Amino acid sequence: MLRYALKRLLSLAISLAVASVVIFVAIEVVPGDPASYMLGINARPDTVAALREELGLNMSPPERYIAWVGGLLQGDFGTSYTYRTPVAEMISERLWVSLPLALFALALSTLIAFPAGIIAATRRGSKWDLGIMGVTQLGIAVPNFWFAMLMVLVFAINLRWFSAGGFPGWEAGLLPGLKALLLPAVSLALPQASILARVMRSALLDTLDEDFIRTARAKGLTRRQVLRRHALRNALIPVLTIIGLQFSFLLAGAIIIENVFFLPGLGRLVFQSISARDLIVVESVVMLLVFAVVVVNFAVDLAYAAVDPRLRRRR
Amino acid sequence: MAGRGWMRAALSSRSLVLGAVLTALFVGAAVLSFFWTPHDVAQMNIPGKLQPPSAVHWFGTDHFGRDIFSMVMVGARTSIAVALVAVGIGMALGVPLGLAAAARAGGLLDEVIMRGNDLVFAFPALLIAILITAVFGASALNAIIAIGIFNIPVFARLSRGGALSLWKREYILAARVSGKGAVRISLEHILPNIANLLIVQGTIQFSLGILAEAGLSYVGLGAQPPTPSWGRMLADAQTLIGIAPHIAIFPGLAIVLTVLGLNLMGDGLRDLLDPRLRRARR
Repeated sequence: MLRYALKRLLSLAISLAVASVVIFVAIEVVPGDPASYMLGINARPDTVAALREELGLNMSPPERYIAWVGGLLQGDFGTSYTYRTPVAEMISERLWVSLPLALFALALSTLIAFPAGIIAATRRGSKWDLGIMGVTQLGIAVPNFWFAMLMVLVFAINLRWFSAGGFPGWEAGLLPGLKALLLPAVSLALPQASILARVMRSALLDTLDEDFIRTARAKGLTRRQVLRRHALRNALIPVLTIIGLQFSFLLAGAIIIENVFFLPGLGRLVFQSISARDLIVVESVVMLLVFAVVVVNFAVDLAYAAVDPRLRRRR
Repeated sequence: MAGRGWMRAALSSRSLVLGAVLTALFVGAAVLSFFWTPHDVAQMNIPGKLQPPSAVHWFGTDHFGRDIFSMVMVGARTSIAVALVAVGIGMALGVPLGLAAAARAGGLLDEVIMRGNDLVFAFPALLIAILITAVFGASALNAIIAIGIFNIPVFARLSRGGALSLWKREYILAARVSGKGAVRISLEHILPNIANLLIVQGTIQFSLGILAEAGLSYVGLGAQPPTPSWGRMLADAQTLIGIAPHIAIFPGLAIVLTVLGLNLMGDGLRDLLDPRLRRARR
């Protein structure tokens, strides 16, 4: 197990190193001079020179890269050019919206998908199965931002149960905060729940076909006992992988949904920074998101190996 | 299955027929829009703005008085073109990489290709798009590149996996004994045998591409005005949804039906082309 974990840790480090180089090159080297890019073509030469000085652009790119990564490792994400505040501060503020949103959506998606997938698999070919499969087929095809707009139309504009967007802040209390995140979380969760329900169903169907299930039934366990003790536990492995992958998609997918609901999260920060040409913020937020994705995948791989000893040996 | 038997099997698959009909409908609308649309999409008519659906404007008009039905037709063109080219990029680069990795399985080349793939997977497609647009600006072309890059590892992995199992077959061994090189074997024996897999995955990536394009143009990172695109139409509709819901509903439905059609077609094709899976899935 330790060897496996170390091997995965090494590949995690390599992935992050390569990703940071790609992001650095894309943002700081490809546009030519980031300072004149950020200030636009009408900037005065002395302003550009001052920004160049501030950004440390007088260093060579490799030196700058090392300074950037060194800063990141110490929690220094640089200073936003437009807001004049440390990027780390801006990110941690926004993270309090984006992270709860992603977790909320993940919880919803799992709560919907597990029962749906289990019902469909245990009643294979029944009306329930067909209905659930039909609904999930549709759920996969619906763009989440459009679903979000429809929910705003129904629940915010027509029924007036929710506000159409915005976030009161956690200072306003847990419930108002969760209420503001409910519609966004549901719209993020719908497609994910559809995918997860389908994975759950097919994983469970595969397991239910196995010989050990028949043996368990033969030794006198009821269907329910077999399902809980043997089938579900084994079906959980592919389901776990998908949940891990989905978490990273939810974090990134929140970028669009945050824009629908005007939520002050990381996604809106990225878009505001792009239109303000604040490359330092874009660079750090993208790096942070990639870091989150890679680390979550690493954690899933480990969880995987912990659940299934065969995986440790094979690699 | 060949000839008529194949045709009969295809027609008896409900999801394949429904999927193919939906797909044909939208591809047809996209092609037709080059020659004819009920109204000119560029023509604005402010006094006639936000009209509900009627006999003249089947889907109503938008905030500039443009005909939404015509815009949905032209929008199909944008969506389909972007998604199709993105799948093309993924296949054109991913398949050769996957075949090469399989031909030298376990070697340095294999390792480099697969780790490179992992890396692209680690970037959610949306982040790639954001990076590209942050640096090069928003356009349909950049959306294509962003979606296309994400397609490369999908096809590389799929063709590597498919090819690996084929390399162990005896007829491949026979081809090697007869003196064929890895490139010729990959092209003449491996590729035709994984074509089915690629077609099925192609339809799925096509539908994902349509969703991705819609998302990107919705946040303003895809096709730019005046080019009509479904995602942009939805972005424009967002602030008006309370007054004129129809301008948000029709472009959204177009996306849903196209994606649904492609997914159903993909499922149907998989059942048809790979009978083993069909039995396993039942």
